[in-house]
Amino acid sequence: MTTEVQAALEFRAVGKRYGAVEAVRDVSLTIAPRQFVALVGASGSGKSTLLKTINRLAEADSGEVVYEGDPVGSLPLPALRRRVGYVFQSIGLFPHMTVGENIAIGPRLAGEKLSPARIAELLELVELDAGMADRMPDALSGGQRQRVGVARALAGDPHLLLMDEPFGALDPVTRDALGARVRKLHDELGLTTIMVTHDMAEALLLADRVLVMDAGAIVADETPQALLDGHGGAVAQDLVAVPRAQADRLAELAR
Amino acid sequence: MSDIWPALLNLGDQLAAHVSLSAAAIALGIAVALPLAVWASRSPAVSRAALGFASLVQTIPALALLALFFPILLSLRAVFGEGLPTLGFLPALLALSLYALLPILRNAITAQANLDPGVIEAADGVGMTFWQRLRLVEAPLSAPYIMAGIRTAAVWTIGAATLATTIGQKSLGDPIFAGLQTQNWVLVLAGCIASAGLALIADGLLGTIEKGLKTRRRALTFGGLAAVALGVGAALFTQFGGSDERRIVIGAKGFSEQYILARLIGQQLEERGYAVDYRDGLGSAVAHRAVTTGAIDVLVDYTGTIWTNQMGRTDNPPRDAMLEEIAAWETDTSGTHVLGRLGFENAYGLAMRGERAAALGVESIADLAGAAGGMTVGGDPEFFERPEWIAVRDTYGLRFAERRNFSPTFMYNALQSGEADVIGAYTSDGRIAADGLTILEDPQGAFPNYDAIVLLSPETGSNAAIRAAIEPLVGAIDVEAMREANLSVDREEDKLTFEEAARRLADRIGL
Repeated sequence: MTTEVQAALEFRAVGKRYGAVEAVRDVSLTIAPRQFVALVGASGSGKSTLLKTINRLAEADSGEVVYEGDPVGSLPLPALRRRVGYVFQSIGLFPHMTVGENIAIGPRLAGEKLSPARIAELLELVELDAGMADRMPDALSGGQRQRVGVARALAGDPHLLLMDEPFGALDPVTRDALGARVRKLHDELGLTTIMVTHDMAEALLLADRVLVMDAGAIVADETPQALLDGHGGAVAQDLVAVPRAQADRLAELAR
Repeated sequence: MSDIWPALLNLGDQLAAHVSLSAAAIALGIAVALPLAVWASRSPAVSRAALGFASLVQTIPALALLALFFPILLSLRAVFGEGLPTLGFLPALLALSLYALLPILRNAITAQANLDPGVIEAADGVGMTFWQRLRLVEAPLSAPYIMAGIRTAAVWTIGAATLATTIGQKSLGDPIFAGLQTQNWVLVLAGCIASAGLALIADGLLGTIEKGLKTRRRALTFGGLAAVALGVGAALFTQFGGSDERRIVIGAKGFSEQYILARLIGQQLEERGYAVDYRDGLGSAVAHRAVTTGAIDVLVDYTGTIWTNQMGRTDNPPRDAMLEEIAAWETDTSGTHVLGRLGFENAYGLAMRGERAAALGVESIADLAGAAGGMTVGGDPEFFERPEWIAVRDTYGLRFAERRNFSPTFMYNALQSGEADVIGAYTSDGRIAADGLTILEDPQGAFPNYDAIVLLSPETGSNAAIRAAIEPLVGAIDVEAMREANLSVDREEDKLTFEEAARRLADRIGL
């Protein structure tokens, strides 16, 4: 038995271009199991595209992504996506299905019927009432819908949870509560989580490791503490400066 | 208007045929439009091409689209063999399906384009395959919009299906065209009420399904579906549930004399135990090709029409020589059998109101040449395209100020009301005497002879029993008898039905 733990995810020289635009250029990095990684960058920095190369919503043009030892390109697409939970900003609940049916869709595609008890359990994980299973999505608030989105992503017992600006459309209170809940779930369920966000404060507060992207490349790979201590380079520090300045001003006002 | 009920109740067969045809056309339209819409949603080029084609089809008048399928199917016989029907159900089905395509396609493509991209990303994100995404997400979300398109298509198709009558398909257009021909407004109204009623019912039922899909109420969806299935099923059963005995199909062009003679021949055959069917309102060229190709079994045609239009001849031999040549030509080209003359002639002749002709001193077409410059000439829709008219025009150097097309029945009204000064009339028409019209002489013999003759399709012509059944009509109908019969259905009051007129004609000629 080797002492080296198998990586949850490994990017090997991954590149992706859209026409003339190089969205992701030559990204190589390894993510250990149970890490909560935040992928931060400005709009158009390539962070969403890099995330989508994992479940192949965007196919890498060069290099490969290896998930628990398997190059994702070698896995059948539906099987890969059922092994990877995916939450994104527009939530994308199926409006013609009940909350319960939405949550159960992944297992259903695999030919497996989710029991009402399991659906109730998943709703509880995201702090929703079990009675919501029979409601239609349009009867829910935005925050409730994204909670259902998270429950749906977790229904197939994935090891890996991908989140693409998951809280971007939510009000600040809901956003904070749901962020904390997801971090807790990450710990309780032993997930590996990659969250794309443009909000450095959110990244610093939730993640174990923060990757900063700029023009398709990873320009910083630090712990939140290291970033706060001034490491990670100019691009990363520009992003850290914003919440820091806000915090300072708030502290001043409070005095 | 109390006549309307019996007229409506008589439309059972036509209603069943109309429902079957419309349902089949819409079903075929759906079967083509939906896969095309799925393809179009993946490819903007396909989307543009498909919508462009469907819109183009929509700009073709429905009547022309139906008529176009006759030559198309005829040329396809080279591929599919002689058994391919060129008239009736098949061309009507194809033309109406093309017509139904646009609303279904447009709504389906629009529905696909308007699907929330977040929902589509989620479908991919949870690991749906192409077909799962289509079945579980795209189809249910698009269904209400597609249903709205199907609803529009159904209303259009049911309306346009009345025109299928002109290419020999039984439909609710039968009473409309027959009534229009003889100014029998009760028949026209009955056909309109029936087809409009059918369209409203279809719209209501499909609307129920649409509402069920939109509000996700299965009872509504399946209730509506069941009602539609029941209606179509009943129509199909009425049409095809009975015996499938061979029926002898008698064709008729779109004027009264043809309708009456078709019934007369039909009654003779029925008396001898044959089952008959009528294909009414056929165009001249379509009717002739229909009998030569076996799409219909029997047709009354006219020697001059075949001579100039089908054979393309411009000379004008004596009538016996002409008939002989026509018979030989029909045998050689298609094997169609010329049974013989009925006994009367129905020539084209230029007619004027008697007092007008007298006042102007016009007795012959030659006299007309000088006066034509200030006159309007009227003719049936095909008259001015026919070689006979061109021959007459050029022979006498006629230059009319204006020419107008009328349906044969309105042509006489136009002459009376002064909307036309001269018309291309039919010499066996009872209204010539009744309206006091003068047929202008044709001193140069530019109009050929138009003896009415019976044509039998190649297969039917070799059936001695059928020939024997129709044989008694040969040489039996003089022009006076025919005029009287024509007038009895064309006059304003006390109109006879075609069947009654045919029966009276049979009595008069001693059959």
